[in-house]
Amino acid sequence: MQPYTVVGDAISASLTGTKGDATHGRALVVERSSTCILCHSGPFPEQAFQGDLAPNLSGSGGRWSEGQLRLRLVDAAHLNAATIMPSYYRVDGLTRVGASWRGKPILSAEQIEDVVAYLMTLKN
Amino acid sequence: MRIALCIALLTAMAGAALATEISLDQRRSGYSFMSADTKAMQDEDTANPGMLFVLDGEALWKRKAGSADKACADCHSDARVSMKGVAAHYPAFEKTLGKPVDLEGRINLCRSNHQQASPFAYESRELLALTAYVAQQSRGVPIAAGDDPDLAPFVEKGHALFVQRQGQLNLACANCHDDNWDKKLAGSPITQGQPTGYPLYRLEWQALGSLQRRLRACITGIRAQAYDYGSPELVELELYLMTRARGMPVETPAVRP
Ligand code: HEC
Ligand code: HEC
Ligand code: HEC
Repeated sequence: MQPYTVVGDAISASLTGTKGDATHGRALVVERSSTCILCHSGPFPEQAFQGDLAPNLSGSGGRWSEGQLRLRLVDAAHLNAATIMPSYYRVDGLTRVGASWRGKPILSAEQIEDVVAYLMTLKN
Repeated sequence: MRIALCIALLTAMAGAALATEISLDQRRSGYSFMSADTKAMQDEDTANPGMLFVLDGEALWKRKAGSADKACADCHSDARVSMKGVAAHYPAFEKTLGKPVDLEGRINLCRSNHQQASPFAYESRELLALTAYVAQQSRGVPIAAGDDPDLAPFVEKGHALFVQRQGQLNLACANCHDDNWDKKLAGSPITQGQPTGYPLYRLEWQALGSLQRRLRACITGIRAQAYDYGSPELVELELYLMTRARGMPVETPAVRP
């Protein structure tokens, strides 16, 4: 796990020290195992099955800064303890995690950066 | 005096914690979220694949088994009479074990104690068939589980498990089935997670399955460690779900997508 610093409602520095790959980020967001589109919809016309438990992801990059999106992905519960959005880069404070997932974050630091880079392209 | 007041307060608080529960007039079976085709499959006995298991169960009911060489029917005679309404009261408190048993557990107790036969494995065709046959005798009967005061602590444990966040996705059953039952998860309805139809035929499984199988699937879905079949936790969850579904009619054998 890479260390990170939260300032206010954001993590301004990249977890990997480099910029993510937006194309890879889009592929991750629509991939079922990443879980995003179980809850969210977005500008994914090719995806027949999208969720309606959470806001449409269109325009996220216009509404939020890169650092705010990074913290939202890393640990949404830090922003809102009651949220249903999972913390994608966290391994502590969880209960009864299944053996195949124990000790691993949902997304790696590289994957977080890829998704952040993609969300930043969603300006409207 | 003080203690009595504390207990009264705690009870009031427990009441408040349960206040987010779905009220009786809002309780909806998974059935009501299904397509017309799937509904028709459940409604029409000749189209309902679960009925094949019920017929198997009826045959098993009459078959002698174990070193007692007794059939269920030898002690309980006509299931249509003796088993009517029974499933609506399960899980029930079992005094000799000091804990609740679900319908599968009860049938297996009769296997070992009264037939002197070895218990059926969870999810075996035999156990599913007998459970479906017994539960089908309660079709249409309103669920009335959890009345027995001995069950109270176990209902409370089941409720605690229901609201406990768990797994890598850190979600509680209640996050989906109490708070978001009118929404869709990747396009399919979440539903209220009502236990009214079990064992039921799930098109996704291409098989009949128990309520425990469904609960294990939801637990694995949030990437938590599924409890073992027959574990106290699964029975407590079943019990809580059945008390939460009070007044809803039993649908066994239901069909689900
Ligand atoms: C279990 C449901 C769930 C999952 C899975 C989920 N989210 Fe969320 N997300 C939410 C909810 C609910 C909100 C609304 C704010 C809140 O409650 O925290 C939200 C908010 C957001 C926001 C801010 C939206 C806005 O503009 O206000 C972004 C961006 C976001 N999620 C991205 C993602 C990405 C990317 C993934 C996958 C890596 C993901 N979410 C997975 C439920 C979910
Ligand atoms: C030798 C007699 C005997 C046989 C055979 C027998 N049972 Fe039972 N069954 C009982 C008795 C007695 C009870 C009451 C609980 C107890 O004492 O175990 C009972 C209770 C039950 C109950 C719970 C009824 C309630 O109101 O809670 C169910 C369900 C049941 N049996 C199903 C079966 C099935 C299915 C079989 C065949 C696999 C079977 N029994 C075989 C004697 C028998
Ligand atoms: C992320 C959301 C989510 C969570 C958390 C969740 N479930 Fe489910 N559950 C579902 C979905 C989706 C279905 C399938 C709906 C359907 O097609 O019947 C389902 C189905 C069910 C059903 C079957 C309902 C029926 O009509 O047969 C039960 C019972 C149930 N869940 C109980 C639970 C319990 C208990 C937990 C906690 C251990 C839990 N669920 C956690 C989403 C969830």
